[in-house]
Amino acid sequence: MLKHSRRLLRGIGLVSALALGATACGGSDDGGPSHKAVSEADIQAALKKGGTLTVWAWEPTLKQVAADFEKAHPKVRVDLVNAGTGNNQYKALQNAIAAKKGVPDVAQIEYYAMGQYALTKELTDLEAYGADQLAGKFTPGPWNGVRAGGDGVYGLPMDSGPMALFYNKKVFDKYRIKVPTTWDQYVDAARTLHKANPKAYITNDAGDAGFTTSMLWQAGSRPYTVDGTKVKIDFSDAGARKYSGTWQKLLDDKLVSPVTSWSDEWYKGLDDGTIATLAIGAWMPANLASGAKSASGDWRVAPLPQWTAGAKASAENGGSALAMPELGDNEALAYAFLEYADAGKGVQTRVANGAFPATTAELHSKAFQDTAFPYFGGQQANKVFAESAANVADDWSYLPYQVYANSIFNDTVGKAYVSGTRLSAGLKTWQDASVKYGDEQGFTVSTG
Amino acid sequence: MATPVTTVPDRPATTAPGAPGAVPRLRAGRRRHTPGGPRRSVLLTLLTGLILLYSLLPLVWLVISATKSQSGLAHSFGLWFDGHFALWDNIGQTFTYHDGVFVRWLLNTLLYVVLGAGGATLLAVLGGYALAKFSFPGKRAVFAVVIGAVAVPGTALAVPTFLMFSNMGLTNTPWAVIIPSLISPFGLYLMWVFASEAIPTELMEAARIDGAGEARTFFTVALPLLAPGIVTVLLFSMVATWNNYFLPLIMIKDPDWYPLTLGLNSWNAQAETAGGQPVFHLVVTGSLITILPLIAAFLLLQKYWQSGLAAGSVKE
Repeated sequence: MLKHSRRLLRGIGLVSALALGATACGGSDDGGPSHKAVSEADIQAALKKGGTLTVWAWEPTLKQVAADFEKAHPKVRVDLVNAGTGNNQYKALQNAIAAKKGVPDVAQIEYYAMGQYALTKELTDLEAYGADQLAGKFTPGPWNGVRAGGDGVYGLPMDSGPMALFYNKKVFDKYRIKVPTTWDQYVDAARTLHKANPKAYITNDAGDAGFTTSMLWQAGSRPYTVDGTKVKIDFSDAGARKYSGTWQKLLDDKLVSPVTSWSDEWYKGLDDGTIATLAIGAWMPANLASGAKSASGDWRVAPLPQWTAGAKASAENGGSALAMPELGDNEALAYAFLEYADAGKGVQTRVANGAFPATTAELHSKAFQDTAFPYFGGQQANKVFAESAANVADDWSYLPYQVYANSIFNDTVGKAYVSGTRLSAGLKTWQDASVKYGDEQGFTVSTG
Repeated sequence: MATPVTTVPDRPATTAPGAPGAVPRLRAGRRRHTPGGPRRSVLLTLLTGLILLYSLLPLVWLVISATKSQSGLAHSFGLWFDGHFALWDNIGQTFTYHDGVFVRWLLNTLLYVVLGAGGATLLAVLGGYALAKFSFPGKRAVFAVVIGAVAVPGTALAVPTFLMFSNMGLTNTPWAVIIPSLISPFGLYLMWVFASEAIPTELMEAARIDGAGEARTFFTVALPLLAPGIVTVLLFSMVATWNNYFLPLIMIKDPDWYPLTLGLNSWNAQAETAGGQPVFHLVVTGSLITILPLIAAFLLLQKYWQSGLAAGSVKE
């Protein structure tokens, strides 16, 4: 029943995306919702006048930021609403936009979903507020994310997820496994570990679109090319072949645990050492500390294994921005909050509460880099993360309908995880389905 | 079909008062059940047992898991207790976590149930009675519409309802959950069938001859006779409203107006959030607390509910 309703909801989103997509194609860009430049004085005036700001976000550290912001501007009230996490929130947002009612002033949107809203002009282009001048403040990966295709700034990066390899040192020491520096070594480590303890796996992977796209990103694959409504999807480049070839070995020999990420089983595996590593974004420490408490002291962080020995490529995994939906009110006020939370004082508050920054100043600050994590046995893990952030490969882009594409990942690529389908064949099916959907939505989609 | 005919157990079940020998051996090709001693089948008993086990297992798991702490949940076998008994602690935490928002959700759910399910029952009783006992032009059309409405799944209407309510400015208010809950075509149909069987027309005629007005006839004659049906419909609508997930999900964004179902889900989703804290133990304990009122309602109203289901099934 729920599945049906989801489909219905998606339908609604599509209809509106299609309608808006069509207007975007109509070339009314110049005449679109005209935004005159908003000056600092306008923003200050709005702050003085006050008002209520509705913010849809699930990020836990924003609570303190909102409270601080209200304190600094007594006439402003920030209504922080958790309208669901990720996809659920996007559906709610899409519904509100379709109904043209109840659209929040500020919304948290993950980088992978940014393009969908940016292309259809459902988000305010913040260049009118001078956001383009903030470019230097942020690390390249997240900044690239909010640029969503390049012709505007559709949000301010809130956090980022440069990838690293989290590994359970206790398990590695016990079975005398060396920390892998290449993915080939990683496969060997997986074999050694699983042979030594059939209950233990190098990692879990039940088919996760976010993880796969991040891995492709690091391997140098660029499956999506987006130029306005012209889209190219190609999962057959060298990078994609490297990834699917290596990961296929892990799947063939059943070396990865089929546990779904974020489930209680997953936390259990991280806790008791049966899931020994995670290649994941730098925001993970807080989740490990609260979700796998009794493994405190066992885990460490290492740079992400490489495809070529000695290389230093990395990729982003997750991370999100705060954006202003076009239909929201209180725009000057909303921008003031965005700036405060993502580029101003709010950043320190959030980092102090465990969030991972997207700003270079915080990444390079001594206090941040020298932080010793008791959970990681005193390791200064931020050093590893900051280096990874600097090494994120550029030129990556997501599809303008990545939310949909990710939602069909399990029906396509996911088959490789549960049956004998090859991973490469799964990617091909995903490609075909994504092409078909894009064409139906009015995009011009080509393949490699 | 291949049920052996010789599967009469040696001992009669205590619930079947018939003498042991009263169960007749069936002649080839003929199957007959005597009213006093229904034939028992090992296969059926086994199947029922399996299904019982299948339905009770999640409940058992829930009760056991509610006694464990967050780390206990991760480290112990699911169907047995952990060394550390944390139930009271968990209940305390459930009610106080996030400034006691659970209490707020509980009250919201109660509000939705009282107004939504209560209102739905009231409307169904009034409508069902009227349709069963009065004739008026267009009655057949109403019948067709009601039967048709039973077939339309609520979820299919959710999105159009959302858009309509949004235009009326009602989304994100409790009314968005209460008003759609008031409509229960199935309840109306049930009441209709029930009323036409349970209230003899002769009785109403007698009341009228004695000089009672329509209102008085309804309240003093019809209503007491309808009690089992009312309880049945009330239970149906209560369960539907208490468990309602999808309607509030799309209607309500403000956690202050969440019912328990949405609230618990948002706690569960915390575990999937970067930087979020997994609180599976609170989700489990909260779920247990959530189902208790429903279990209580079923136990307390059981006798009415059973006679309600069977009413009208036998012609006297």
